[in-house]
Order: sequence, then C-alpha cells, then structure tokens
Amino acid sequence: MYLAERGPAPADESEEAPAGREARAAQPGRTTRAISGTVVALGAVSLITDVSSEMVTAVLPLYVVAGLGLSPLGFGVLDGVYNGVSGLVRLFGGHLADRGRRHKAVAVAGYGLSALCKPLLLLAQTLPAIGAVLALDRTGKGIRTAPRDALISLNSTPENRGRAFGVHRAMDTGGALLGPLVAFLVLGVAADGYDAVFTLSFCVAALGVLVLLLFVPSGRAVPGQAAQADEAQAEPVTVRSALALLRRPEVRRLAVCATLLGLTTVSDAFVYLLLQHRLGIAERWFPLLPLGTAGAFLLLALPLGMLADRVGRRRVFLGGHVALLFAYGLLLVPAQSGWLPVVVLALHGAFYAATDGVLPAAAAGAVPPGLRASGLALIGTGQALARFCCSLAVGAAWTVIGDRAALALAAGGLAICAGWAAYALRGPETR
Amino acid sequence: MTPHLTRRRARVVTLLAAVALLGSIGAASVLRAADRAERRDRPHQGGPSVAGGAVTLDGGGRRMVFRNMAWGPYRDDLVSVPAGDPGGPRTAAPVRCLRFHAAAGTGVCLRKEETAVGESYLASVLDSRLRTLREFPLAGIPSRTRVSPSGRMAAWTVFVGGDSYAGGSFSTRTSILDTRTWTLTPSLEAYAIVKDGRPYHAADVNLWGVTFSDDGHFYATLATGGRTYLVRGDVAARTVTTLRPNVECPSLSPDGTRLVFKKRVPGLSPDAPWRLYALDLRTMRETPLAETRSVDDQVVWAGGNTVLYGLAGDFGDDLWSVPADGTGRPSRIAVAALNPAFV
Repeated sequence: MYLAERGPAPADESEEAPAGREARAAQPGRTTRAISGTVVALGAVSLITDVSSEMVTAVLPLYVVAGLGLSPLGFGVLDGVYNGVSGLVRLFGGHLADRGRRHKAVAVAGYGLSALCKPLLLLAQTLPAIGAVLALDRTGKGIRTAPRDALISLNSTPENRGRAFGVHRAMDTGGALLGPLVAFLVLGVAADGYDAVFTLSFCVAALGVLVLLLFVPSGRAVPGQAAQADEAQAEPVTVRSALALLRRPEVRRLAVCATLLGLTTVSDAFVYLLLQHRLGIAERWFPLLPLGTAGAFLLLALPLGMLADRVGRRRVFLGGHVALLFAYGLLLVPAQSGWLPVVVLALHGAFYAATDGVLPAAAAGAVPPGLRASGLALIGTGQALARFCCSLAVGAAWTVIGDRAALALAAGGLAICAGWAAYALRGPETR
Repeated sequence: MTPHLTRRRARVVTLLAAVALLGSIGAASVLRAADRAERRDRPHQGGPSVAGGAVTLDGGGRRMVFRNMAWGPYRDDLVSVPAGDPGGPRTAAPVRCLRFHAAAGTGVCLRKEETAVGESYLASVLDSRLRTLREFPLAGIPSRTRVSPSGRMAAWTVFVGGDSYAGGSFSTRTSILDTRTWTLTPSLEAYAIVKDGRPYHAADVNLWGVTFSDDGHFYATLATGGRTYLVRGDVAARTVTTLRPNVECPSLSPDGTRLVFKKRVPGLSPDAPWRLYALDLRTMRETPLAETRSVDDQVVWAGGNTVLYGLAGDFGDDLWSVPADGTGRPSRIAVAALNPAFV
C-alpha cells in the first residue's frame, strides 16, 4: 500500500497545464509511466470486491436448489428488464459523480450497497426475495462503475492510461478467479455452510469498502486539482451538458463504434455453448470454459493496456474485435483439433483484455475531466445495451436458423462493423 | 513525526484492526458452520432409529426406499422401511443420493462427486442390489428423477445455472435414458414440440418433471413465454404435445387415469405460489387436494388414492401424505425423509 499513500497523480489537468506535469515528473521516484498508488488501491478494491461477489455467484445456484430446495425456474424472467435498468443506473451514477466532483463518494455508495446485500442474502429464503437482493447488488455495481473508471483515468497520465486500466482489470479478474475457490473451500470445511459463505463474503466486501475509504483520496481534497474545480464551477455539470458530450465528434464516433461493435458481440454463454456443441466437450467440463477466458484476460490485460499506450488505444480496441472475429471463425470452420478450445478461449480472453479497459482509456482522452464519469458511463452503457440486444437477437436466430448460421450472421455483422469502425476511428487520437 | 506520517500510520492501523475484526467474524461463521455440519453426523434426540443393513429394490414385502435426512452416521444414505410402517426403524445402505427414484428393480441415484476441479454431479443407474450399472455426467444440480413402471426407462432433470454476473437465469435440462439399449437423449429439447396443434420453436423452452405412463410415453411440464403446460411425450416419435396450461411436475397414478400436479394458483403469495391438484385424464377435470400449503415437489403415489410429498421440516424435509381425490387431511408419515419410491 506504499504507493497508495502518495495521493492521486494530478492526471488530466496536465492536458491544460503541462507545467504541472513536468513538475510532477520531477518528483523523485516517479516517472510519467509509473502507475499511481490510487489506481493500485482501486485495483485492490475491485479485487477484494470481486472475491466477495464471485463467492456468492459460485454457490448461489447450489444454495437455491440444494440448500433451500426451491425450483428456480422463471428466475431469469426479470433479467432482461433489469439489464435496461442497470444501464440507466450506470448513467445516473456517472452523472452524480461529476456533479460536485464526488467520484469517491458515489463509488463508496455503490460498493457499500453491494456489500450490504450479502447479509440480506442470509435473510432471503424465497426466490422473489433473492431476486430482489440480486437486483440491489447489481444496482450497486451499476452505480460504482463509471465513477471508479473516472477515478482511474483522473489518476493516470495520458501516457500511461492504458497501463493503468490494464493493472486495474487484471486485479479485478484475479479477484473473480479467486472468489469461487474461497467459496468451495468454505463449503469443503463446512458442508452446506452457505450462511458462512455469505457472512465471509460480507466481511470481504466490507474490507473492500474500507480500502476504498482509506486509500483512495477524494478528488476534491487534492489541492493540485484546484484548476479542475474552477473549471467545474465555471461550467456546471447538468444533464444537458452531459448529453452535449455526444455533440463532440470524437465522443460520438467512439460511442457509435462501441455500440455497433456491441451489437455484433455475442454473449459469453453463447460462445461456450457453441464450443460445446461444435467440439462435443463433456458437460462436466462446461463450468471450466469461463475460467479459460478469464485466465487469458488476466494475463493479457496489462500487456495489451501497455501496447495501447504505445500504438494507440483505438487500434488495440479494434484489434480486440479482430481477435473475436478469429474466434468466431474458428467456431465456424469444420476443422477439429484438440487445440481449438484453447485457442478460441485465448482469443476470447484477448478480446476482453483489448477492449474492457482500453475503451474507457480511449474515451477518457475525448471527455473533459469535469464530465469524465458521465462520458464513460454514456459510452459503456451504449456498449452494454447493444450487447444485450445482440444476445436477444442471437437467441431468436438460434431457434429459427440454427446455432452455426446465427454465429455466421454475427460474424458477418462484426466484420462489417469492425471495418466501418476502423474507417471512422482513423486519424490521430486525442490523449 | 510529521502529520503526514501520523495520518498514514492511522490508516494502516485502522486497516489492520478491520482485517482482524472482519477476519474474526468470517472465521467464526465458518467454524460455526463446520461445527453444525459435524453435529449433523451425530444422531439427535427423538430422531428415527437407523441401522446399517441390506437394501434391495426387489423381492420380499412391499417397502418404501428413500433418502434418509435424519442426523447421524447414516444421514443422506438410502434407507428402506416396510411400506406399512413408514415411520418405523430404517435400514440403511451405503449409497448416497441427492435425488432418487426406483421401480421394478431399477434405481436412479442423482449424486454429487467431489473432484479436483470442484463438485460435479452424476446419474447412477442402479440394479436391484444397488450396484451401479452405468453412470452419466450431469450438466447441473439434480432436481427430479423418475423410472418407468417397468424399470426400463429413466428420466432426470437438472438445473443449469446462469453464468452472468450475480447469477440470474436458470434453465432446466431433462434427459431420458433407455436402460435396455443404453440410449441417452441428453436433452428433451431435441424433441419436436407441438403446441396448440402446430409445430413450435422458441429459445426459452424448458422441460422438466417427467412421469412415465409406459416405456414409450410420458407426461411432463413445458415452460415457454412465462407459462407452463402439461405435455404428453412420445419416445419413438420424439415429440411432446401440449395438453393444457398451468401444470407443473405431474405424477401419474398407478392405473394411468389421474395426474397429481402442482398448480400456480392466481392470487397466492409469490413466495408460496403452488397448490396440489388432481387431474382426471378422461374428463380433464381438476380437483384441489386437501393440502393447503404450497408444495414444491413432484408427488409420489403410495397407492391407488394416496400421494406423498415433501415439506420443509426441522431436520431436512418431512414426508406428508394426502388423499388424491380432494378428501381427508394431510398427515406427516415420516420425518427427515426425501424422495420415496415403493418397491
């Protein structure tokens, strides 16, 4: 936690005040490429929180069916509706954070809400109650995402933003991989100890909130950001000014490209199902497929983030979609090989590593600091809603024309959208 | 010491104190759960008496075989009791199942297996002396299983969890097995669906709760578009045909004339939405049974006019009995017992 003690690197005002950046670069032991302690602290918060939430996700089906003895069918009915709501929550969280520049406060509220959901799970004994708790949990996730990504971008320099998001996403994914291990370790020690899993999950989540409170400085308190505060006062953050972001050509181009590409990004579940259908992977190995994607994501997030800093974030973002296109292609060709699932999952993980953190890194350059969280929320929500539409469309196409044809359709769409995006995003990018 | 260092020390001390406190709470909850798990391996006062012995699925007098949930060394083992004395002393065999059913000397045991990569689930087909004939990996958490009256066909349903963040959607997968040819249909969704007289396709189709009438035909539940339907299945034609709406987990009477099922009754709390109903297959008339609590189970016929079902009890599920014609009152026939089968 040593780095976290240094306070945020006064990142983006360096765009306005190059002198400040130079002064900071002159500090002993710091270069413009070094990752700010605040980013590492935010990564730690995400890691801890993901351990907590994935503990619950891993045991929840078992708890509902085996622990409570319920028939969970129809459980997912509200899932689709809620996807739309969580998009709106994300926009709301981003906007709230920009107003008065209280990114940290809004992030704490989001992480705190999700933490409080864990003890509620101990009380929820019926499907509607569990569904309500999960919806609340996801509301917390929606609230915190944009302010957290804004904080990462505001605490990194234009030169190392890709690397900063890479560090954060790698830590986040690491937590997601650890969570299920912890949960099944607890169930191994205490058979049917779901209450212990939920209690421990709450303790871990509370620790995450505490690390956020203690080691992530709130932007307002930092004297180096006085210039930004002035700017924010000069131009008050309103819904109108947030929406006006879309009038900036660069923001609009990124938002449109992210949304179009999202429309042709089939859901993970569909990729795994196809892998299974095509390769006849035994059903008992099915739960391991997401681990393959997550593993590749974990390993590649930092290298691809650094690559994005060097060769351009949009280029890496587009490259990620090319990797996805290759993965689709491998699922479509009739070739059979034992390596196929490994390669497809590696490409799938590379797609996430090249897009998940790289898109906000690219977007941050196009959005002024005062509207950073709103801008990131706008672009992220467009992408998420588009992906949801795609999963609905692919689901419908699957039943009508079959799984391969549905994927071929998505691959064709992806190729066209990626080509168009490459054209739209050509030229130098603002950092 | 500078104020900066003091603040930093304060934060680190706060963090360490919180780690100690939260760590203790977490550790205490795990230890408490572990202790509770251990206590379940010791018999509790007033529980049913269980002793090790031989359990078979054929021969001898009529018996009820089920999963024993009573605390003690035989918890979760298959046990048998005389059919005439369901609450009596239990004879346990070292076979552990999450879900169980048997008929005519064939048993199906859906069970959990610990592996290096976590838990996995298997369906074991058992012979009359509970020896495993074949095993089939399951794609999810066991929910229901049934064997056809002749003992030849078997079906099971598992829940497949959603893999999105914070869970969410569940779907079912129902498999049918011919134990004579060992032909497995991994998913009933491969069958053609005829709904209201027309072929039907949809992404959201789920099928579960098979009950066999003979080796070629069965009834089951189909869900699509937020509604459930009773379907009749034909194994040779590989079709399922909808018969009527709002029927879940049907169970066919031994004479094949009546179904008892759980029905989602409008106006009830979403926490407890089901009631047991009987359906006369000749007149298609429904009769509510005398059980007024919500039952989430596929009932088992104990005779020509009695059905058994599980309701949560103090030590796992208890087994209840009610007449299948709407008369009488429910009565508890065994505590800590699940998934009975009459052999």
